[in-house]
Amino acid sequence: MEHNIYKYILRYSKKQQIILTIMSILSFPALYYYLELPKLIINQAIQANDISFPVEYVGVEFDQTAFLYLMVGLFLLMVIVNQAFKYVINVYQGITGERMLRRLRYELYCRILRFPMPTFKKKSQGEIIPMITSEVEPLGGFIGEAFALPIFQGGYLLVIVSFLIIQNWIMAVAAIALYPLQAYFIPKLQKKVNLLGKSRVKLVRVLSDQLGESVSGVEEVHAHDASSTMRAHFSNQLDKIYTVRYRIYLLKFVIKFLNNFIQQLGPFFFYGIGGTMVINGTLEVGTLVAAIGAHKEMAAPWKELLAYYQRREDARIKYEQVIEQFEPAGMRDADNQLIEPEEIPHLQGELVASNIELSDDTGSKILEGLNTRFKLNERIAVIGPAGSGREALTHVLARLIDPDRGRLMAGEVNMLTAPEAIVGRKISYVGQHGYVFNSTLGENLFFGLKHRPLHEKSYSDDAAEERNAYIKNAELTGNSIDDIDADWNDYALAGVPDEEGLKARALEVLEMVDLSDDVYRLGLRSTIDPQEAPESAELVLAARRRFFEKIENDPSLKNMIEAFEQDKYNTNASVAENLLFGTPVGDEFDLDRMAENNYVQKIIEEADLTETFLRMGYQVATLMIELFADLPPDHEFFQLYGFISSDDLPEYQAMISRIDSERLDNLREEDRIRFMSLPFKVIPSRHRLGVLTDDIEEKIVAARHRFAEELPPHLKDSVAFFDADAYNAATNLQDNILFGKIAFGFAQAAEKIGAVLAEVVEEMSLRSTIIEVGLNFTVGTAGARLNATQRQKLCIARAIIKNPDVLILNQATSGFDTATQTRLMKNILEEFKGRCLIWSLDHAEKTANFDYVLIMRGGRIVEQGSPQKLKESSAPYKELLAAS
Amino acid sequence: MSLKEEVEILRQIPLFAKIEPSKIKLLAFTSERLTFQPDDLVCEQGDNGDAAYFIMAGEADVIVDTPSGPLTVATLGKNDVVGEIAILIDVPRTATIKAKTELTTLKITKDVFFRMVTEFPEMAVEMMRVLAERLVRTTDDLQKAKEMIHKDN
Repeated sequence: MEHNIYKYILRYSKKQQIILTIMSILSFPALYYYLELPKLIINQAIQANDISFPVEYVGVEFDQTAFLYLMVGLFLLMVIVNQAFKYVINVYQGITGERMLRRLRYELYCRILRFPMPTFKKKSQGEIIPMITSEVEPLGGFIGEAFALPIFQGGYLLVIVSFLIIQNWIMAVAAIALYPLQAYFIPKLQKKVNLLGKSRVKLVRVLSDQLGESVSGVEEVHAHDASSTMRAHFSNQLDKIYTVRYRIYLLKFVIKFLNNFIQQLGPFFFYGIGGTMVINGTLEVGTLVAAIGAHKEMAAPWKELLAYYQRREDARIKYEQVIEQFEPAGMRDADNQLIEPEEIPHLQGELVASNIELSDDTGSKILEGLNTRFKLNERIAVIGPAGSGREALTHVLARLIDPDRGRLMAGEVNMLTAPEAIVGRKISYVGQHGYVFNSTLGENLFFGLKHRPLHEKSYSDDAAEERNAYIKNAELTGNSIDDIDADWNDYALAGVPDEEGLKARALEVLEMVDLSDDVYRLGLRSTIDPQEAPESAELVLAARRRFFEKIENDPSLKNMIEAFEQDKYNTNASVAENLLFGTPVGDEFDLDRMAENNYVQKIIEEADLTETFLRMGYQVATLMIELFADLPPDHEFFQLYGFISSDDLPEYQAMISRIDSERLDNLREEDRIRFMSLPFKVIPSRHRLGVLTDDIEEKIVAARHRFAEELPPHLKDSVAFFDADAYNAATNLQDNILFGKIAFGFAQAAEKIGAVLAEVVEEMSLRSTIIEVGLNFTVGTAGARLNATQRQKLCIARAIIKNPDVLILNQATSGFDTATQTRLMKNILEEFKGRCLIWSLDHAEKTANFDYVLIMRGGRIVEQGSPQKLKESSAPYKELLAAS
Repeated sequence: MSLKEEVEILRQIPLFAKIEPSKIKLLAFTSERLTFQPDDLVCEQGDNGDAAYFIMAGEADVIVDTPSGPLTVATLGKNDVVGEIAILIDVPRTATIKAKTELTTLKITKDVFFRMVTEFPEMAVEMMRVLAERLVRTTDDLQKAKEMIHKDN
């Protein structure tokens, strides 16, 4: 990358800079006339000096008034022309700057993707992120104006100065007399400000690093009562930033003071010297006015130039500072990632590593002249004590780290120079903690298949135009033009013909890593769009019917689930659910805040239930106070059973003692809402409060019908009503099949109902459909919505599904319980029979079922062979076996 | 069954006889009422216990695994409490409880139970009485069993 920002600008935007310069120069004549005209207007048109009317102009005669209007008209024209130039130049500058910024960010990002792994030990996210996001932001603005602004503003200044000189050279000299002073002192001060600015940038980077650490390490902070040290460190850093900022302010405003002072000296000279000359008759008033006007005009460009100088220095430092962070030693060539070989070779034959050496960042050797040779159709275990270099070997073999020296051949392929296109497709690697990206489970599973956009998406009309514009802009800025909406899945690599095949294979692999039950459960809790997947929705409805047939036929289950019936009150659902009789979509009918909703209030009122609800609310509140009043506020019962939170309880207590239970029709609005909100939460069979009578339940069912019938059009999308014969798009698959509430108070009801559900799924072969739905589950930031085991299993599945020639596992299952480990190892060994599997293991006894074992010690392979052979004759193997 | 009825039933249980009604109400409100079908297991020998059950209606068998197969050692009915041993001392369930008829219980979790016992010494004393009675009965049974073995020999 260019180290100098000007070189960078010229390299990528020379054309734009030239156009901007030419436009600036073209604008000068208009500018000159814009300054000249006021003088003509005052001296000739108004005062009629040196001119006799009528005058002839391009063959037309003008009297004085007409001449004045002509001049004023010309003046207006010049104003418009000037502003038009400014507009065009500004927009063009903006575009140029923004394009360069896009290019710069993209280039920096590409560099991060090519950083050698050890770099990330020294650079944290907290440092890297602000560099690309906020720190380079002002560069865009500067790049746009890098050449055009000094030329335009400098030229503008020159025009004004020459105008002044032509009018009266003495005044011109007076006006600019102090500029040299300014030009000398300001940069000196500015340099100090810039240095401070530089250290401020560094301090802020450390600050954001600290922030990142506090968030990531928040568990430790709580576990060790370390919040005070954390606060102290943070405060310390803030103080450093404050001190630097404070000094910046002092200097910055000294500069401002000097600038303003010198600018205001101009009028002092004009009025003094010019006034004297007018009195003596050596200068016309019009000229003086024009000169003062011109000087005022001068202030803007001069200020701009000085500001430009500040920005330039700032940009230069920022650019250099950022660039130097993005050039770590040992970075791979861009080509290594971009080359797409004609044919991806199959890695076969033997893997030969000779004299591999690797040191860590402190210079101590991790691998010391490692030599090995094994067949690429065998399953290999790597064992050795901690610190023997096992992990480093897997990293080198997976090409995550470049060795300092040595040779690594896989068959005919030189692994050390092979592009990522070969290495990353033919080799899979999973470490101890694989990373899961914030997208769907499926996207994560197929991550290893997305190397290039393989099946272009076809666009028509507007979409095609948009796509073309996208490509054009990307090309102009050196960005990637690959279409993210294209189909990137490399089906051939996964060994399947198409998407359907890939899904089938995904099920196999999920089973292999013991993840399919989890995905199945996630699928049950996911939603599908019935418009997009009508067959699946139909299947779910069929499952619902089947489920209820089973329930009907088993008297012991009959009471355990209460189906949603249009004309029946559901005693296992809350009053809110009974009234809405559907799933809320969005916040409009939030079940917890139904009482506040105007439409709900209207329906309650029309159903003649308002007073009933208030009375119920009063009863519930009285009971809650009786039960909970003397519990401590943080008692878990509030959270588990409370209708009223501990914060609100005193409020209700006050209300109950203030309000007469006979006068509930005459309440303040907020009291009304408070009482009204309580009955909505009542679930009769759970709370057993006895406040809901049959009569009230009937009325609520009637209100439910009215609620649906009278729902105004703008609220139609806010609720998905329950309908026994329709798929409910707002709720998950499981609730769609159960279509009711599991009854409270029956032992193991959930388990028994779950078992029936499982039977239905089994009988209708719904499992694979549900797992496919589960693949659409969004896993959250870094896979936070999955547990650690699920994440790791997903990473192993991802490594297997791309069908690699070599799968490298670096203690990838060590976080699992023993039973899971054994099961997974058996499955993976089975899957990789006849292929290459390299598994770094922490226990020697696990190597029994491998074809070959490498034993490492002190950064070398000390012995290798089949486990049977080693068991007989190898001392280190026996030692390791004994230790495990 | 509403909360009020539950409170009435609970008050008839000697263990709660001396506790003020509002506390019993809280106990009833925060406890789950669970119905078991005949032959459903309330708890299984060897499991970890986290709750005790007060029988409000129906009958349950107490079954102990012996080398010669499961043995029903007692049958419990209304107002009896089962499963309290496993929550009093942290041992796995000492017996399997199986519903003999349809069985309605109030499930009281360990936390709630301990709260009540610490707050109301009367309840602790009552608890001691129940356990002591049971010990007397067990010792008695043991005595008889020993005599039987003696005779057989």
